[in-house]
Amino acid sequence: MIKFEQVSKVYSGSHQALQKVDFHLKQGEMAFLTGHSGAGKSTLLKLISLLERPSDGKIFLNGNDISRVSRRHVPYLRRHIGIIFQDHRLLMDKTVFENVALPLVIEGYGRNEIERRVMAALDKVGLSDKAFCIPVHLSGGEQQRVGIARAVVNKPPLLLADEPTGNLDPKLSTEILKLFEAFNSVGVSVLIATHDLGLIAKMRYRTLTLKNGKMSSDGLLGEGHA
Amino acid sequence: MRNILNPSPRIAKVPLHKRFLMYWVNHFQQAIGSLGELWRTPMASLMTMAVLGISLALPASFHLLLKNAERVTASWDNAAEVSLFLQPGLSDKTTQNFIQRISLYDEVDAVTYISKEQAVAEFREMSGFGNALDYLDSNPLPAVVQVTPKPQHASPAGAKLLLAKLQQEKEVEQGKLDIEWLERLHSIINLAVDSVVAIAFLLLASVLLIVGNTIRLNILNRRSEIEVMKLVGATDSFIHRPFLYTGLWYGLIGGLIAWVLTSSLVLWMESAVIKVAGLYQSDFRLLGLSFSEFLFMVGLASLLGLISSFVTVKRHIHLIEP
Repeated sequence: MIKFEQVSKVYSGSHQALQKVDFHLKQGEMAFLTGHSGAGKSTLLKLISLLERPSDGKIFLNGNDISRVSRRHVPYLRRHIGIIFQDHRLLMDKTVFENVALPLVIEGYGRNEIERRVMAALDKVGLSDKAFCIPVHLSGGEQQRVGIARAVVNKPPLLLADEPTGNLDPKLSTEILKLFEAFNSVGVSVLIATHDLGLIAKMRYRTLTLKNGKMSSDGLLGEGHA
Repeated sequence: MRNILNPSPRIAKVPLHKRFLMYWVNHFQQAIGSLGELWRTPMASLMTMAVLGISLALPASFHLLLKNAERVTASWDNAAEVSLFLQPGLSDKTTQNFIQRISLYDEVDAVTYISKEQAVAEFREMSGFGNALDYLDSNPLPAVVQVTPKPQHASPAGAKLLLAKLQQEKEVEQGKLDIEWLERLHSIINLAVDSVVAIAFLLLASVLLIVGNTIRLNILNRRSEIEVMKLVGATDSFIHRPFLYTGLWYGLIGGLIAWVLTSSLVLWMESAVIKVAGLYQSDFRLLGLSFSEFLFMVGLASLLGLISSFVTVKRHIHLIEP
């Protein structure tokens, strides 16, 4: 699903965010991406969703090199990736329903189809009774789940999450991760960036560890190989 | 390059005919949506539209003024009359002979003689300076012969030829063509037309800038929304659309306001104009904007709004990246 080959990213001001990173996430696989803050987790996710371009190396999505995708095609690519942010990036003046429906409206779905899919997505994250609230009136955990519903509503084959549990207590975090597991169990590839090592230890999934922009370990935490 | 994760994702996900239909449904929704957006801040939107309306009403009113002025002067074009001031000290007989002689000219329709005495009497009556004449020893006014050319010689050029011919007569001290002031008026009107065109260009440029700036602020206000839309895969043109519609609405409603302003101005001035026209024994009526002029104005305003928002949107939305 995702394959990095010797990928480097240098930001202007010669700050080296990633150095010759290699890894391969297979289709239907779920993995954590961890490392201290500033290790390059966010940069790595941004490269996959083409929010940033690599300075060097190649990135493959489903076997296609995306390093040279033209700007015009970036939106179509992003429609196949569900992205979840720590600050969930919801539109605060729109209802939960409208927020979740946004990717479908953009893709040109009909009204009935939108309604059906949005309600299904909200049902999955357990918020079907909050569809017509506005996000400000929801708790942090609920807002995060709206963000997840928006990411999965058009059934992307790949989910990326950047610190999805960053602002949540352990119980809520576990619930959120259970959601990711549920999506993974139906074949969605999931990559979760987090620095919550306790959470990772509990879940026992493949873990990619970044250190100063380099991939320092890959595998189950504690038994990883460099 | 768009089929990266799926052989043909766009077609597979939503059938083509449905996409086509939803494209237009989206267009309609976004058009109404941006109108609703304007309605959410009625005062701010209305003020912008009023500024646009005034900017458009000014050139439109100037245009009306000129249109009416041209109509008035057009009816004067054939009123050319040649005034001949006679040499002083001509005997009555010489004068009569002269009048007879020029009456026989092919070009001449009618001749009116105003003697020195009649001229003085008329001057006393019309000018209000009558008393000043009492201080003079003799009558300073010359006798005048007014020559009306036949219609086919009444054009400015024809009347000029006639004037030249009449000035050859030895009894004539000076000839004057009434068309001269008309020519001056025409050139003044031409000057006014040129200035109006220049002013119109300036004001239309201001419309472009006003709409552009308003849309720019609009975009900055909705920056986070635009970022989110880009994150979930909205194309630039999808993001552009609501702003383009906003620009279109600004122009359209601004144009309508301009029409209301111009029409009110015409209504307001109409009674005054009728009064003045009445004093000149004319049944002149002020002309308002015709339907095609109305369409042109509103269409132009909408077009300007659209162009301006297009340029702004192209520049600014490109710069916003999540």
